[in-house]
Amino acid sequence: MSTPLLEMRNISINFGGIKAVDDVSIDVMPGEVVGLLGHNGAGKSTLIKILAGAYAKDEGEIYVDGKKVEINNPRDARDLNIETIYQTLALSDNLDAASNLFLGREITTAFGLVDDTKMEAESRKIMARLNPNFQRFSEPVRSLSGGQRQSVAIARAVYFNARILIMDEPTAALGVHETAMVADLIKELKAQGLGIFLISHDTREMMELCDRVSVMKNGQLIGTERVEDVTEDDVLSMIIMGKKPGETVDA
Amino acid sequence: MSGGRGNLIKTLQIDTRLLGMVGAFVLIALVFHIATGGTFLTPRNLFTLTLQTASVAVMATGMVFVIVTRNIDLSIGSLLGIIGMVMGVIQVQILPDIFGFGSPAIWLITVAIGIFLGAAIGGFQGWLIGYLAIPSFIVTLGGLLIWRGGAWWVSRGTTISPLDPNFVKLGGATGTIGVTASWILALVGSALTIWFLINTRRKHISHGFAVKPIWAEYALGAILVGAICGITAIMNAYLVPTRILQRRFEREGLTMPEGYTEAYGFPISVLIVLFVAIAMTIVAKKTRFGRYIFAMGGNPDAAELSGINTRLLTVKVFALMGALTAIAGVIASARLGAAGSSLGELDELRVIAAAVIGGTALAGGVGTIYGAILGAFIMQALVSGMGMVGVDSPLQNMIVGGVLILAVWIDILYRRRTGDS
Repeated sequence: MSTPLLEMRNISINFGGIKAVDDVSIDVMPGEVVGLLGHNGAGKSTLIKILAGAYAKDEGEIYVDGKKVEINNPRDARDLNIETIYQTLALSDNLDAASNLFLGREITTAFGLVDDTKMEAESRKIMARLNPNFQRFSEPVRSLSGGQRQSVAIARAVYFNARILIMDEPTAALGVHETAMVADLIKELKAQGLGIFLISHDTREMMELCDRVSVMKNGQLIGTERVEDVTEDDVLSMIIMGKKPGETVDA
Repeated sequence: MSGGRGNLIKTLQIDTRLLGMVGAFVLIALVFHIATGGTFLTPRNLFTLTLQTASVAVMATGMVFVIVTRNIDLSIGSLLGIIGMVMGVIQVQILPDIFGFGSPAIWLITVAIGIFLGAAIGGFQGWLIGYLAIPSFIVTLGGLLIWRGGAWWVSRGTTISPLDPNFVKLGGATGTIGVTASWILALVGSALTIWFLINTRRKHISHGFAVKPIWAEYALGAILVGAICGITAIMNAYLVPTRILQRRFEREGLTMPEGYTEAYGFPISVLIVLFVAIAMTIVAKKTRFGRYIFAMGGNPDAAELSGINTRLLTVKVFALMGALTAIAGVIASARLGAAGSSLGELDELRVIAAAVIGGTALAGGVGTIYGAILGAFIMQALVSGMGMVGVDSPLQNMIVGGVLILAVWIDILYRRRTGDS
């Protein structure tokens, strides 16, 4: 068994006395998609926000390539090639696609000024790969459709050579065609050897895209299963009742 | 707007908001020109107008950044007051004893201390806002009272004058650069403008982006160079009154030749505004700092998640506002030749109004430097025009207040039509 690309061990975080994440351990191998499932408030988003550096964990350890790392802010996560696509997209609506794509990591000229022309050229290149129909480079992203905005968010993660990609409901705001596009992209990135954490409410989609699924409820990890070992119903009962397949619920 | 005209503006890629503001300025100027029987649009009055606007214009550029980051700064009028006062004490009561009266070291050290003090106080207020999460409205409302009180305390309410003769030149009333230097500056400015247009076009072509038709580039270049030369011509058309010239010749023991004339050219304070405007535009458009300011204004969470330290950014924005307030304080006290404890009173409101009239959205994320400066000019044109027509000062305030509300309402309608939020 090789070392996981990334491992979160015994992670806990409290918000005002409530354990939002309680002693959870998950991991992802290179070229693997791990799904995180659970109701709203189960702690999925909080867990991945710790990984992305948006929240500071209270307890637990994070390992990349078997080495312990400290992630205290979003910059640390980016330095470890951990990229996140947030549910809320995290775009600045008043800026154009290129400015958003490079936000925090602008290309600069020899004088240290931001090189908008170069950034737009790079954006056009990556977009040609991800979403060839995308043409609106000089408009604020607020005027873009949900799918177009999503492509900007995904392009941002992909452009900077992510090794670990976190996708928090990447298809929530999308139509059928665009959802299929994201699914294809996930398969492509997986083939490139990225480790991907995927959060979604769509159990069927998860069974299709993921290699393993981890189910959370009330901040705790119920279990992690290989998708070929379980049925969709098994997973649903883990989400709803908080029990592993074959277990009986304590009355 | 008819299709043809709309297309023309689109092809030239001119901001329609800018066009509207220039239109408003021209309209105000024409109305007052007629109402005053032809004295508003004279070189002399336009020269005075730029002098009066300079201080507010400098601060308005900083206020754009403050408002874009979803903050407000109510303290700048009082901050200008205390910095003006401290600079007054330093240059009148302290430095002449060290360097001797009239030494050029006096104005340099005074200005340096002023800017440092402005940045320090601004930065401290920014720290309270960014790190302690006290709303900027409250912090700077407190600052408004504190620094005004401080300004009085520095001099016990007395007015400090006369200020250092070199320092006073920075106010522009007595410090102008003359005709030749003004034209040289206009030429350099025109050359840089043309170079910028060519360079941008070349870069876009090299990356295979769509560019404007070549005639549109020529038209834009002609408009910009025309504007630069036009403003220079106006500044160079305001002649120094004959009596002042005569006195100067007499002082040097000479007689003035018959028919001798001399024009003022650009006042130093206006050059400071130009420099600040260019520098702040570059900061806004071409630096990471500026990019982050707008990113934070558009979506503070997104900015934070992108690894931007928004707290530190807030400190920097307020420190910059403070430094610009100090520069405005230099201009304002130098123009009057004195520092009184009421210097800068109500300036915070003029500056906020200028930024807002200039299209800065209080919701954050949107605003331009040139807009704020034009906004400052529109406000000042309105005020001094009404003064020339003989409108009482209380009525002036009422009209300016009404115009501010009207301007924001028009802006809301404009955004709704263009689909900006």
